[in-house]
Amino acid sequence: MFTPAILIAAIFNGLLTGAVYALVALGLTLVYGVLHIINFAHGALLSAALFAAFFAFHQFGLDPYLAAFLLAPAFFACGYAFQRFVIGPASHGDDRNMLLVTLGIAIVIENALLYAFHADTRTIDVPYAFQSIDLGFTFLAVPRLVGFGAVFVVALLLWLIMAWTDTGKAIRAVAKERLGAELAGIDVAHIYAVTFGLGTACVAIAACLLIPTYYVNPSVGNAFVLIAFTIVVLGGMGSVPGALIGGLVTGVVESLSGLFLGDSLGQIGIFLIFILVLLVRPNGLFGAKA
Amino acid sequence: MSTSALLDIRGLRAGYGETEVLQGIDLTVSPGEIVAVLGSNGVGKSTLNRAMSGIVRARAGTIQFDGDAVENEKPSAIVARGLIHVPEGRRIFPNMTVSENLDLGSYRRATARRAANRDRIFSTFPRLFERRSQRAGTLSGGEQQMLAIGRGLMAEPKLIILDEPSLGLSPLLVEELFALIARINGEGMAVLLVEQNVVQSLEIANRAYILADGKFVMSGAAADIAADPALKRAYLGM
Repeated sequence: MFTPAILIAAIFNGLLTGAVYALVALGLTLVYGVLHIINFAHGALLSAALFAAFFAFHQFGLDPYLAAFLLAPAFFACGYAFQRFVIGPASHGDDRNMLLVTLGIAIVIENALLYAFHADTRTIDVPYAFQSIDLGFTFLAVPRLVGFGAVFVVALLLWLIMAWTDTGKAIRAVAKERLGAELAGIDVAHIYAVTFGLGTACVAIAACLLIPTYYVNPSVGNAFVLIAFTIVVLGGMGSVPGALIGGLVTGVVESLSGLFLGDSLGQIGIFLIFILVLLVRPNGLFGAKA
Repeated sequence: MSTSALLDIRGLRAGYGETEVLQGIDLTVSPGEIVAVLGSNGVGKSTLNRAMSGIVRARAGTIQFDGDAVENEKPSAIVARGLIHVPEGRRIFPNMTVSENLDLGSYRRATARRAANRDRIFSTFPRLFERRSQRAGTLSGGEQQMLAIGRGLMAEPKLIILDEPSLGLSPLLVEELFALIARINGEGMAVLLVEQNVVQSLEIANRAYILADGKFVMSGAAADIAADPALKRAYLGM
C-alpha cells in the first residue's frame, strides 16, 4: 500500500483543491440560502470569470492574483445587475421563475463565450505555476497554497460582513423571515441583488485562483459547479460552514480516491461519500431539520 | 380633520387575485391618537395593514401619510417615512440574537440613534435585556411579541400599527401589553391598534372603527362604541 508520506501529501493536496471547490460552493449556497433558488448561471459565470482572468493576463499582463481585486468588484456589480434588472423583474414575484431565468442566463452566457472565443481550450503561463514548497516528505504547489489562503481570507471577510454590517444582518434576516424584513424597512430586491452579487464575486475570485494552473473554455465552469452543487447538498443547503467544510472534505475525498482508484476515477469517491452522507443525514452535514 | 391627520385613507380597495377584500375604506389617525380597528377573523384587518405598509397594493383609493401619498410606495420607503407595522405573528428573525433583531429595526430610520434607542427599549423590556444575546427563536411567545414591538420602536415611528399584538398571550401578559401601548402613546406616538380583543382595546383607544366584510360599519369615540351592547353583539360576536 501507500506510505504515510504519500497519504499525507494526498490529503494536503486534497485540502488545497477543496478550498477552491469550497469557494465556488460558497457562492452557490449563499444565493440558495437567501433567494431559495439554485443559481443555474453559476457555472457559466465561472467560465466568464475565467475568460476575464485569462484576458486580463493575456492582453494587459495583469497577474491573476492582482486581477482578483478588480474582477471581484466587477463581477459583484454584474451579479447585482443581473438579479436587480433581469432575474428579479423577469420572475414577477414568483421565486420558481427566478430559477428558470438563471438557466436562461446560463445558456446566453455560455453561447456568447462560444461565439466570441470558440471552443478552444486556453491556458496562461505564469512563472510561479510550477513552483512548490518542500515540506521534506512532500511538495506543495505554490498556486494551490495561495488559493487556500485566499479562500480562508474570503470566508473570513464574508463572515465579518454577515456578522457585523447592517447589510450582512439584513441578508440573514431576509433569508429566514422575508415579510418581517420588509416591514423592518429592508429593501428585499436590493438584498437579493447584493446576495447574488456576493455569490458572483466568489466565482470571480475562484476563477483568479484557478487560472494559473487550470485552463479555460466556454463550458469549463460546469464541471466545477456540478461538484459545487454536490458540496452544497452535502454540507446542507444554504449553510456557509457546510459549504466550506463540505468543500474541503470533497477535495480530500477526490484526492484520496484518485490515489486508490486511479486519477480518472477520482470523482467517483465524491459521489459515493455524497450518497452515504445523505443516507445518514438527509439534510446534509450542517442542514437544518426539515 | 383631514388636513391635520397623520394618516388619511380614502376609498381604499385592495385584495388578492379575484377576491376584493377591502371594499372602500376611509380611516384617519391624528397625531397622538390611539385608534382601534376591531373586527373578527377574516374581515380584512390584515389586508388593511398590509395595504398601509405597501405589502399589498391598493387597487383604488388613496393613502396619505404625513401629508404625502404613499399608496404606490414600496414597504421600505414607507418605513423610511415613519409608518411602522408590527405584524401579526411577530415575524421576528429567529436565527438572530435579540440585539440583532432590534438593530435591524433601525436599518432604515433612526440609525444614528441606534444605541440610545436600544438602551431605552431594554429599560422598557428588562426581559429582552436579559436575553439580548439569545437567538430570538428561543424566546417565549410573550417575549417574542415584546421583541417585535421593540423592533418597531427602534425606528422612532410617527405612527405604529400593532397587528393583533395580544394574540396568543396569557391574560396577565395582555394586561401588561395594553399598559405598555398606553405608555408608548403617552410619549406622543400615534398608535393604530388592530385587534380582536375588543374590551381592552376600547379601554385604551380614543376612537375605534368596526370592520365587517371589508367595510367599516361603524366608527366613533371608543367610549360610545363600548357603551353600545347591540353593536358589540352584532359585529364583534360578544
